[in-house]
Amino acid sequence: MIPSDIVAAIHSSFGEGIGTWHKSNSENAYQRRMGSYLEVADSSTIRDLAFFLRDERALFFDSLLLISSVDNGNGTLSVIYHLESTKHGHQLTLKATMPAENAHLPSVTDIWLHANWQEREAWDMMGIRFDGHPDHRRILLDDDYPGFPLRKDFKEPDFYHGMKVPY
Amino acid sequence: MGYLDKLELSVLPNDKTGESNIIVTNLDTLFDWSRLSSLWQMSFGLACCAIEMMATAASHYDMMRFGVIPRPSPRQSDVIIISGTVTLKMATRIKMLYEQMADPKYVISMGNCSNCGGPYWEYGYHVLKGVDRIIPVDVYIPGCPPRPEALLEGLMKLQEIVREPGLRG
Repeated sequence: MIPSDIVAAIHSSFGEGIGTWHKSNSENAYQRRMGSYLEVADSSTIRDLAFFLRDERALFFDSLLLISSVDNGNGTLSVIYHLESTKHGHQLTLKATMPAENAHLPSVTDIWLHANWQEREAWDMMGIRFDGHPDHRRILLDDDYPGFPLRKDFKEPDFYHGMKVPY
Repeated sequence: MGYLDKLELSVLPNDKTGESNIIVTNLDTLFDWSRLSSLWQMSFGLACCAIEMMATAASHYDMMRFGVIPRPSPRQSDVIIISGTVTLKMATRIKMLYEQMADPKYVISMGNCSNCGGPYWEYGYHVLKGVDRIIPVDVYIPGCPPRPEALLEGLMKLQEIVREPGLRG
């Protein structure tokens, strides 16, 4: 299915208000395919959307490729889900934006198991909480490391456990 | 009969080679020589330098002919070779392992990351800029990663330190 058909199927199930389809109008076909995303309007509808995308026979998004997080620099954080269907071969990108204070999203770990570690990395690096995650702790850094490194306003600590951190 | 002949110690020099069978030395030199000839290492391979250390231990460069055997436990080893990037998370564990080693113990810092932070010196929020911030290092081996010959040279420098301890050993 081409992306516009996928978006049409989503809109017919959930209505137009679920999100806006940002289509990249680059001349490069790869950039068009990778740069188009569905911006979800309300973060709490992510789980309903995820169940629909996974269980609908025509869409069958059974594989979550990646969850990446972005600090937009203007006080908001974005979480981007890259989905793929191994049966039909099509891909979809979802984007959810939220303010940086108290950033939280519902967890999709019970829908796609791969989201377990991906969401742990988003929590470790960007400080986004995922409600309902079974193992919500840091994955790369030490558990008592102060701060979230990939935020734009992060400043590395001067001392950590008695060790001098800057060069 | 031939074996019994070799067992006899002779103070007179041998006719053909001029060697005698008795060596006179002192205990310190003997102990230092035996220590440097069998430096059992606790290989602490963390990142890419670990691959070069494995290559040094393999048959082409062969670290074992120097007497260096990789041991898994800090209590059984004399030297720890820190090879690879030392993250802040790993640094607390390295300190604990170094304190578990028995004296006399030595540390070789292999590669740029454990010398000074390496390529992560400027922006690495998670990297300890040099393992000498937590444990005392005897030999620094530069390189990213250092060649196996460089690691063998570092081992030989450590052997020199062991042979003439002075204030360092």
